[in-house]
Amino acid sequence: MAVLARAKLAQITALVADVAPLPSHVVLRGPENGLVMLRGRAGGAGGRFNLGEMTVTRCTVRNADGYVGHAYIQGREKPLAALAAALDAALQDPARHDGLQTAVITPLANAQAAARAAIARRAAATKVDFFTLSTMRS
Amino acid sequence: MAYVAVKGGERAIDNAHAWLAEERRGDLGISAIGLAQITEQLGRSVDRVMAEGSVYDTDLAALAIKQSQGDLIEAAFLLRAYRTTLPRFAIAEPVDTANMLIRRRISAVYKDLPGGQILGPTYDYTHRLLDFALAAGTVPPPAAEAIAPEAAMPRVADILGQEGLIEAHTDDGREPGDLTREPLRFPATRDVRLQALARGDEGFLLAMGYSTQRGYGGSHPFVGELRVGDCNIEITPPEIGFAIDIGDVMLTECALVNQFAGSKTVPPQFTSGYGLTFGHAERKAMGMALVDRAMRAEELGEDANAPAQNIEFMLYHSDNIEATGFVEHLKLPHYVDFQSELETIRRMRAETGQ
Amino acid sequence: MPVALVGFADPVLDAQACFRAVLDAMARPGSIHQVGGTLVAPASLCPAAAAVVLALVDGETSIFIDPAFADAADWVRFHCGVAPTPDASVAAFVLAPDLPDLRSLSCGSDEGPEDSATVIVQVAALGEGAVYTMMGPGLQYPRTFRATGLPVDFVARWAENHKLFPRGIDLILCAGDRLAALPRSLSITGG
Repeated sequence: MAVLARAKLAQITALVADVAPLPSHVVLRGPENGLVMLRGRAGGAGGRFNLGEMTVTRCTVRNADGYVGHAYIQGREKPLAALAAALDAALQDPARHDGLQTAVITPLANAQAAARAAIARRAAATKVDFFTLSTMRS
Repeated sequence: MAYVAVKGGERAIDNAHAWLAEERRGDLGISAIGLAQITEQLGRSVDRVMAEGSVYDTDLAALAIKQSQGDLIEAAFLLRAYRTTLPRFAIAEPVDTANMLIRRRISAVYKDLPGGQILGPTYDYTHRLLDFALAAGTVPPPAAEAIAPEAAMPRVADILGQEGLIEAHTDDGREPGDLTREPLRFPATRDVRLQALARGDEGFLLAMGYSTQRGYGGSHPFVGELRVGDCNIEITPPEIGFAIDIGDVMLTECALVNQFAGSKTVPPQFTSGYGLTFGHAERKAMGMALVDRAMRAEELGEDANAPAQNIEFMLYHSDNIEATGFVEHLKLPHYVDFQSELETIRRMRAETGQ
Repeated sequence: MPVALVGFADPVLDAQACFRAVLDAMARPGSIHQVGGTLVAPASLCPAAAAVVLALVDGETSIFIDPAFADAADWVRFHCGVAPTPDASVAAFVLAPDLPDLRSLSCGSDEGPEDSATVIVQVAALGEGAVYTMMGPGLQYPRTFRATGLPVDFVARWAENHKLFPRGIDLILCAGDRLAALPRSLSITGG
């Protein structure tokens, strides 16, 4: 779910095109837009407080094999939530799980990890290496 | 104050809106600005609108900025109005800022803190010279990269806390108040104050924070740490029954370290002011932390005579949407009020024979 | 978690229609309204009770579900986004197969009478059975209504509730795809 929540619709669609078609499904709820209240902690570790909300889209489907899939995804993109819910349902089917994991989830997870690593590398390049005057003299 | 219903003006209003729309689009010979351009190239404006609009959604903030011709308070107002149309699905777990994906992290109290000083994409060391190459549309070279260490970057407050040198923050488990559901009541607890400040006006927080440094409620803060980065958001929907990760938000956190003499029951230790805000917004987070600390004066047994220490004053005036509404309402017809004042003045003048 | 059933066909318009029906029912005590006709409800719930729950309950309210409706708990959890509370005395909504002890529920405070519980009671029938006479706001003259399934001592128990006004419990009676409401402001005789 975490991987699908961070993926772009076009990315998922392209990867899903290469696997066996997902079973048909009926929508039990949504896709619908809403909010989630985010919270912080006073001082970073103390009592909770309400920080502000963010937009979220959710969807729940039941597929033809009887599996129920959920999606809660940041943002307001309904087709993305619907596709993520359909994938969540299909991923619960042992017959489909490994294939989808390999063809869809793993490539997305790798791309997301690479994007995070790129940020970490840029941050590392801006790390200050202190040198003191005494070091310069020696 | 009485208002009188005035009819008429519909055609004038429609025409005014049409002119506004035309003016907003500007010269048709110049290509229209796209929302992606705003989110990508005016990120700090987007961040401010999200923070003061109190909704994290970069696309919506970009639309609001475009619609308001870049008037950021008007844009925040649009976002606040939009959020009232959406149901609330869940309340997230508190963000874990200790484990954010760090983009920037500096401390003014420890030079060699674990994880180091990470400058990130900052304006701090620019020379504030207008860059005419930017006007010419030059493409910048890619940013440098270096091997990222695996080591954690603990929060400075947690480092100080391990030695007991700073007041301990503990969660008493109390459900925090929510200004979007219950009206502001006094005395306002710190959770409600922090919520109000997080959506408060950046200019107000900056000015009031500045006033505490200038001697109005003297406190002597250090920036214990300022960090900017991405935090993941987790919710536990009742129908799923376990926590799920639904995305990332960029946050700026500022932890100030202030002196505190101690008391009969508390040994001398540092106290803190805390700021946390959507997006990359250091000025806002620091202003918030300064006034958060100032508003704790009474709780910490300090004199509380300065404006920034007056909780009621601060919370009643920090919200720029409310302030805009009340200030700008003066433009509404007050014809009857004014007529009555006019008559009073004429009568008084007549009575004194002037 | 198994979620077998869909909710409202059109979540917005169906919820609005049901809300309107409840509003009218509260404004005109004893009047009977049709709701939830097309709703596929959990087996133990009548369509009207299910529709009222969908329309009024969400993650920011609380609901106590009587064990007799245990099969509806997951459905409510999913569609309303709320985990049912095990403690009826703090619930904003109580879903019950017969009239609970109203004294055990939240009746609000004089400062916040709106904090009281709304009880959704599934009765055998509306418009037939015992005859009750009502008086109160929303009724120009005393008016009767009929229901099957309220306890024999209902009038006495209601009098205790009515006495608390402005505090007190509001009732929504549901049978099949019909509902009627008895707000706390009513005095009721007969039975």
